[in-house]
Amino acid sequence: MLRIRLTCLRAWALAGVLAVSLSAVAAFPGAARAAEPIKIGFSMTLTGGLAGNGKAALVAMEIWRDDINKKGGLLGRPVEFVYYDDATNPANVPGIYTKLLNVDKVDLVVSSYGTNLIAPAMPIIMKKKLVFMTLFGLAVNDRFNYDRFFQIMPSGPEPKTDWSRGFFELAMAQNDKPKSIALLATDSEFSKNAVAGARTNAQKAGLEIVYDKTFKPGTADFSPIVRAIQATKPDLVYVGCYPPGAAGIVRAANELGLEAKMFGGSMVGLQYAALLTKLGPQLNGMVNYDFWAPEPTLNFPGIEEFLEKYQARAAEAGVDPLGHYLPPYAYAYLEILAQAVEAVGSLDDHGKLADYIHDTTFNTVVGPVSFAKNGEWSKSRVLMVQFQDLEENNVEQFHKPGKRVVLYPSEVKSGEFIYPYNKAR
Amino acid sequence: MKIAPFWPAAALLFVLGAASTFAVDEYYFVAGYIVLQGLIMATAWNILGGFTGYVNFGSAGFFAMGAYTSVVLYTAIDPPVFVAIVAAAVVCGLLGFGAGYLTLRLRGVYFAIATLALAIVLETLMVNWDYVGGATGAFIITPDTEFFPSYNAFMFVLMLALAIGSVGLARYLNYSRIGRGLAAIRDDEVAAECAGVPTLRLKLISTTIMGAMMGVAGALYPYFVTFVEPLSAFNLIVAVNAIAMPMIGGTATWVGPVIGALLLGSVQEWTKVNISSELNLLIVGVLLVGFVALAPQGIVGLAQKFGAWIRAHREKRQGDGRAAA
Amino acid sequence: MFSIDLLSNALVAGLLLGGFYAAVALGLSIVFGQLDIVNIAHPAFVILGSYVVYMMNTAYGLDPVLAGLLFTPLFFVLGVVVYRIYYAGFERTGRESLAGLAFFFGVMFIVEVTIILIYGVDYRLVDAAYIGHTLHVGIIDLPYRMLVPFLAAMAMTGGIAFYLSRTFTGRAILAVSQDRLALELMGANPIRIKSLAFGIGLATAAIAGALLIIIGPVEPSFGRVYIGRVFAIVILGGMGSIKGTLLAALLIGVSESMVQTFIGPSWADAVAFSVLLLTLVLRPQGLYGRL
Repeated sequence: MLRIRLTCLRAWALAGVLAVSLSAVAAFPGAARAAEPIKIGFSMTLTGGLAGNGKAALVAMEIWRDDINKKGGLLGRPVEFVYYDDATNPANVPGIYTKLLNVDKVDLVVSSYGTNLIAPAMPIIMKKKLVFMTLFGLAVNDRFNYDRFFQIMPSGPEPKTDWSRGFFELAMAQNDKPKSIALLATDSEFSKNAVAGARTNAQKAGLEIVYDKTFKPGTADFSPIVRAIQATKPDLVYVGCYPPGAAGIVRAANELGLEAKMFGGSMVGLQYAALLTKLGPQLNGMVNYDFWAPEPTLNFPGIEEFLEKYQARAAEAGVDPLGHYLPPYAYAYLEILAQAVEAVGSLDDHGKLADYIHDTTFNTVVGPVSFAKNGEWSKSRVLMVQFQDLEENNVEQFHKPGKRVVLYPSEVKSGEFIYPYNKAR
Repeated sequence: MKIAPFWPAAALLFVLGAASTFAVDEYYFVAGYIVLQGLIMATAWNILGGFTGYVNFGSAGFFAMGAYTSVVLYTAIDPPVFVAIVAAAVVCGLLGFGAGYLTLRLRGVYFAIATLALAIVLETLMVNWDYVGGATGAFIITPDTEFFPSYNAFMFVLMLALAIGSVGLARYLNYSRIGRGLAAIRDDEVAAECAGVPTLRLKLISTTIMGAMMGVAGALYPYFVTFVEPLSAFNLIVAVNAIAMPMIGGTATWVGPVIGALLLGSVQEWTKVNISSELNLLIVGVLLVGFVALAPQGIVGLAQKFGAWIRAHREKRQGDGRAAA
Repeated sequence: MFSIDLLSNALVAGLLLGGFYAAVALGLSIVFGQLDIVNIAHPAFVILGSYVVYMMNTAYGLDPVLAGLLFTPLFFVLGVVVYRIYYAGFERTGRESLAGLAFFFGVMFIVEVTIILIYGVDYRLVDAAYIGHTLHVGIIDLPYRMLVPFLAAMAMTGGIAFYLSRTFTGRAILAVSQDRLALELMGANPIRIKSLAFGIGLATAAIAGALLIIIGPVEPSFGRVYIGRVFAIVILGGMGSIKGTLLAALLIGVSESMVQTFIGPSWADAVAFSVLLLTLVLRPQGLYGRL
């Protein structure tokens, strides 16, 4: 009898656990919204490894939605989002887009953030022949050759090599010409692709590749790596990595006193407030990629207003307080979609929409945008910026010009290149 | 146990499932595919975990190797899907055999840790192997299907067939001589050895079948997601579900993993689209801990205890009645 | 480019790293090595420690190591609580192996997801006066970022070793793993001893977490990378031996550093796991252990 009572007790306790879990599930309000006029559907990396950028993108997209609804909506109808969290897991993407298209019956779709999350949606989108605006994927369309695919990252028509072109053009234009280069990449998709492009560019420029290795994302200490690089005495050091690697490498480089003529490359993370502030003067002299900086040459109409609105919402949302990297582009790609829909006048003919987008140069908060045949930007605008005169622990300095000096492309150049690297430290 | 009702019921289920692809909306097949994938993984895990008593923490490794077998074949010769499934079963079965041979002489705890280590080593190998795309990943273009209304429906039906096959195999093992031997090992390995049970051989059979089944579950993954890269293929949620589903359902028989998979899988799919995916992990964790602590025999165990309680209660009342009369 | 400079620096960097690994593995060495409890959630608690330290450092500017020390009592209590739950649910009923493992697996998840829900998934760093500066001794570079954790780790390891071998409760902990019945006959309560040990194990996680976030940025799922390393160290060192744990940690630290420098960083992670597999297959009792 006692045993049965104990079992009863356990069963009740278990029911309690189940009840608590299920009520936790029920207590959270659902993310999907019901029937409102124009629905734009997408999945977004709101949790998982890319959540920082995903959440920032969502803030920007919501600002766009509020802006356009204030002006009367799209085709006279209010715009609503239907989105789900894909948790930075590609396996979730097909399910989400199937639901968006078949069950939620959205009118337009845009992508999640990042190559790994865009690619799994492609087959579904292609089968339904929809226009697909995508947010920051590297060379996704190389495989699919889809004519209704558009990419808002300014990588250019040959994304893999366009990415690092600026770095090499700057290097080879110097009088004290570099002769050797060390390449380092994180073991993951974007970094390896960027460094692969750099390798091609390096070979074309006739540079000797003296170090060419990758490291796993979990690496704790970069001193051995930086020391090994130093031992090869490279003139240029080109790194492709993600935030934790960036922090570790920059610190190690400063601790060991890395000597090179140019140092930087495609280090992701050096565009975010958190790392910029924490690393501060350790970044001085580095030449790295960026997409936007508060320099006078990049002051496009609407960008200031957008950043003000974004920065007001950023603190609450727990996202990057500067918002210079991804958010303007997340806003811009919806601007483009909306402008195309208004011009074509309907939501149904995606063929006409695609043609319109291919044939037009759009004015957006990130400047004029036009697309090549493969859906990438017709001309690369990956900026090469050099960190100059950074102070310690000061996040305000990044709102002003002169800290991230744009060196490339020449149309938007905003300052002088301090070469070699050691001179700027 | 009655052999009769299972196979006809399974066949009926399959026909219903296949037919429903023409009627029900596509989204449910995508969700259904994922639930069935979990079911196969749970059933496979339980063969080694529940039947034999050896915990495998590296399920993601076998699953991913099945996926990568498909990728290799696709890159090399682009064969029909069935060939990929068979190949994955062979490769992962061998992997299971090898892993078992190396580590099954260790005590249970060490075996569990060794499986985790194996999964990480495999992941590192795949990350560094450029033929399958390394860290960058590989794309697979899905072929067109003529018979079924959509590609996802085809994948679902295929998965349904594989799931039924796996469960059938598990059921056979459960009630056969092999199953009894495995149970002996689980209960007291030393005593089993003394009684003449060929423990090493049975354990190896167990790991081989487990590996092969997990490989089969993984073989279809690239065709489903169309993009495979190590980080998501070797995903920890796959490994956790493989453990949580049988533990919640009940590890003693083949029924437990099925119940656990259907329940947990559906809850997860619902949570993913209605709330958030991170909460998903929290729920799995809480449920796992809750069940493991409070209901170690799982749902099947609870049902059995409840049934026994009802029967005892009924007998008692009858006894009281007789006493009163 | 095999130079003395490179080699010696790789060696030293490996020793510094290994010392830090010992700090992380210490808690598991006590809990798994002495008590046979497979606390696979230990790295997750280390990460929890890192975040707690981060919070203190960002809000009050507190030095990370100090913050870690401050929180050891809290983590100790947490450890006692977790052990009591584990004992009530599993040890008493004798179902440690399968269910116990699953229990800690679940706990690991809960800890990780809770951190994510509170802090999000971004990387966190701490600031301290000595981070970014290096001590140069001849051709050897000793970044303070690595040196301070190494020294703290050595102090902690030494302290624990002393405690276990010299104090009554410490020796009781060693005894409970060897012969529980004898311990009871000697008048010590094994359950209390085990709670104490588990608490100490988790308390070391607080400090290890502080050291981890000094060395580099931390994000919630970072612990997973350490699961294999930590188990590799404890098993290689031999169950129940603090000396073994230290030696194994140094060995693994040096191997990783060598592989990183001379072969390529992408293979460094596999080092620990390969060592683990080899140990399990060839010499399961490790260097100093008794199986």
